[in-house]
Amino acid sequence: MSPALQSTNQVCHLIMLALALILFLPAQPGWSKEAIPVAEDPELEKHMIELSQDLRCLVCQNESLAGSRSDFANDLRREIREQLKAGKNNQEIIDFLVARYGDFVLYKPPVKSTTYLLWAGPFVFLLIGAIILYTYLKRRRRQIEDPVLSDQQRQQAEALLRENKGNNV
Amino acid sequence: MMRFLLPLAAFVVLVGFLFAGLGLKPREVPSPLIGKPAATFQSPLLHEPDKIFASKDNLGKVWLLNVWASWCVSCRQEHPVLVELAKTGIVPIYGLNYKDKRDLALQWLDEFGNPYTASIVDPEGRIGIDYGVYGVPETYVIDKNGVIRHKQIGPVTIEALEKKILPLVKELQV
Repeated sequence: MSPALQSTNQVCHLIMLALALILFLPAQPGWSKEAIPVAEDPELEKHMIELSQDLRCLVCQNESLAGSRSDFANDLRREIREQLKAGKNNQEIIDFLVARYGDFVLYKPPVKSTTYLLWAGPFVFLLIGAIILYTYLKRRRRQIEDPVLSDQQRQQAEALLRENKGNNV
Repeated sequence: MMRFLLPLAAFVVLVGFLFAGLGLKPREVPSPLIGKPAATFQSPLLHEPDKIFASKDNLGKVWLLNVWASWCVSCRQEHPVLVELAKTGIVPIYGLNYKDKRDLALQWLDEFGNPYTASIVDPEGRIGIDYGVYGVPETYVIDKNGVIRHKQIGPVTIEALEKKILPLVKELQV
C-alpha cells in the first residue's frame, strides 16, 4: 500500500470514528437553540423576561417584549434591565412604559371606563346567549304536546310493531 | 320571516364592524404624551458633536421634532416634504437622528438635503424612549411651553401637513 493510500484510509477511519461519536452522543437539552443570555446577572435577566412577557412590542404587535427580536423590543428590554438594576419595582417600570406608550403596551388592559365593555363584553354575550337558549327551550317545550293517539292509531302502531318483530326474527 | 331576518341583521351588523375594522390603522397607536410636557433632553449635535443641544432652549417657540434615520425607508418618502417646509420658514424643524451612524447620517443629509435647524443624535434610542418613539419616522409638534401637541406617526405627507400640522402650528404660534 502506498503511503498516500494509507493516509486516506486513516482519514476515512477518523471520519467514521467522528461520525460514530456524534451519533452515539446522548442528545443534550443544552444543545437546543436558545437566546444567549446577555446580562451578567441571570436572576435579573429572569425577572426582566418575566416582566416583559406581559408587555406588548409596539413594532411587532403580536409579540411580547420578551419574545420580539425587533430593535425596539431590544431597547426596551435594555431599559427594563437598567431600571431593575437601579432597584425599581415592577409597577414603577410598567408605569414608566405606560406613560410613554399608553395602555397598548399592556397585554392585560386595566379596568377603567373605556375598557368596561372589553372586560364585561364576554359576560354580556354569555348572558344574552343564556337568555336566548332559555326562551327557546321554553317555547319548544310548549310546542311539543303530549302525543294523543286514537284507538285506531294505537292498533295500527301495534300491528306495525308486531310485523317488524316478525321480520327481525 | 323573522327566522331569516334576524340572522341577516346580525350578519349585516358583523359585516359593518369588520368593514370599519378594515379602515383602522393598528400601527398608529395613539400616544399618551399628547398634551403632556415633552421630555427635556441634552444631546450632541450631529454636525458638531462637541456642541450640546438642550431642548429647553427651544422654550418660547413652536417647533417640530422629526425622528429620522438613514436606515429608515419611509424617511426618504417624507424628506422632500420636510425640505420644502423648511424653505418656507414657517416652523423650525429639529431632527432627532435615531439609532444611526454619524457618517451615514451626514452622507444622507448631503444627498437628500438638510431641512433641519439642528440635528440631535440619539445613537442608543434613549431620547426616543422618552418620546414614545416606536417607529421611524415620527414627528412631534411642540408648543411654546414645551408641551407635545401632536404626533405624526409615519411619514409627514403634504396632506397631513396641510390638514393637521400647519393649521396647528399657526394656531400655536399666535
